[in-house]
Amino acid sequence: MDQNTFASALLDATRPLPDGVTSARGEADAARFAVYRNNVAVSLSKALSQRFPVLRRLVGDDFFNGMARAFIATTLPDSPVMFAYGDSFPDFVAGFAPAAALPYLADTARLEAYWTRAYHAADIVPLDVAALARLAPERLGSATLIAHPAAALVRSKFSIGTIWQAHQGDEVRVQTVLEPESIVITRPDIEVAVHVIAEADAVFAAALLRGDSIGDAAAEAFDTDPAFDFGRAIVGLVALGMFAGVADQQGDMR
Amino acid sequence: MNTGTQSGQSLPARAGLGLKPEHIGEIIATEPEIGFFEVHAENYMGDGGAPHRTLSEIVARYPLSLHGVGLSIGAERPLDKAHLARLRRLIDRYQPQSFSEHLAWSTHDAGFLNDLLPLPYTNRTLAHVSAHVDEVQQAVGRRMLLENPSTYILFEDSTIDEIDFLDAIAERTGCGLLLDVNNVMVSAINHRLDPFAYIDRFPVERVGEIHLAGYDETVDGAGDRLLIDAHNSTVADDVFSLYRHTIGRTGPVPTLIEWDNDVPAFAVLLAEATRAEAVLDEAALRRDARFSRRA
Repeated sequence: MDQNTFASALLDATRPLPDGVTSARGEADAARFAVYRNNVAVSLSKALSQRFPVLRRLVGDDFFNGMARAFIATTLPDSPVMFAYGDSFPDFVAGFAPAAALPYLADTARLEAYWTRAYHAADIVPLDVAALARLAPERLGSATLIAHPAAALVRSKFSIGTIWQAHQGDEVRVQTVLEPESIVITRPDIEVAVHVIAEADAVFAAALLRGDSIGDAAAEAFDTDPAFDFGRAIVGLVALGMFAGVADQQGDMR
Repeated sequence: MNTGTQSGQSLPARAGLGLKPEHIGEIIATEPEIGFFEVHAENYMGDGGAPHRTLSEIVARYPLSLHGVGLSIGAERPLDKAHLARLRRLIDRYQPQSFSEHLAWSTHDAGFLNDLLPLPYTNRTLAHVSAHVDEVQQAVGRRMLLENPSTYILFEDSTIDEIDFLDAIAERTGCGLLLDVNNVMVSAINHRLDPFAYIDRFPVERVGEIHLAGYDETVDGAGDRLLIDAHNSTVADDVFSLYRHTIGRTGPVPTLIEWDNDVPAFAVLLAEATRAEAVLDEAALRRDARFSRRA
């Protein structure tokens, strides 16, 4: 028996049973093979359901399972570490035609994917405000900040942070306001934190995360919003635990 | 009291439980009398965060069994070297008293299927699986236990009996065996074999751990009973009888209650562990009585 043939028959119920499969009666029994088909489909759907619980609540179990099975048909896990399965699920959701009427789903899924990454990220004490303050003021503009391994930013046209928050309890409050929202995900210690931040702060954070200097990042944020409050933004982002350290021309420091 | 890291290189011959995230707070707060905890290795392969912090707390209090579910030892393709390295890191970090994996495959060329899939038992697969077990033991630097599978189909190609197959792997590689008594019941019913005869033929001297779990039941296309290894309920009465019979042959062996789906309150798991531990206690008394008669 060739295991690739066996796997193909598992993943596609329209294929015949693989040659050589039998039972104690000497029969190739489809109901028996279906146990494996079901195990694969259910366990992979369940893995996605565990990583994307808000997405599941937004669309309901049946729709979610259908979407999950369509994704599974295109993308199997590339490792046995199941909590990492689904990194590309948000992109799949973005292009999933039956979900087109709910355009906020993909970014909500992005938030959830980053949440799991943050949950399992390395244990690193974030840069604190005092360490930032020790940096000489004349060097602040040219310094860059090193992203904390848990840190992520999602900038959305939709209020996904509010939607996500509304689905954390048992009772779901209906969310009708859909306006742009930017979300920062961090894990300063053991708990994952999700915060909605202002648009200019998000421009600033995005520039810092891609390695722009603090000065360049601030200039971009001022361009977006002349009322951008640099001091409040940098202290706020550092306090959320977005960064692991500062790098300036004198070398890395914490 | 349990002394996790000081208890040496083997699990105590007591009942253990699968560690579930929803129970960890209660376990750390109440320190229940449990022989050991078992975790699925793959759930602890992140870099940091809550899983490692809580597992460290458990390992400080209890012996640990590390149970892999993703190594795909029965695959035709080579073992995943990155996954072996992750396992090695976990084993080095937590020094578990036992490490076990399955006689099954999960990975093919297109990816990981997240199920324990069956393989035919032939001279060719025997050589192949033995080479993989050798490679695993080398890579992680310790002896492993290999678990008998629950299966729903048979292969026309198979030429070797499952027990002979497992025994030969153990003979060639020096690995031990993990005897899953629920899997024995599931496979025996599914393939019209006598589960007690299976246990009577099993090489009990190689058994380092026993697994118990609940099964589901359905029927196949011919209307025959088809048991499903479900891990979602209490251990069935027939499996528990088979367990008593097994312990009668093996003597006291570390015994895990597996309950991975529809996980109940911790007290329910504790009651299952207590039920298994009573069988182990009785076996220990019988063994000690025999020993003192001989002395």
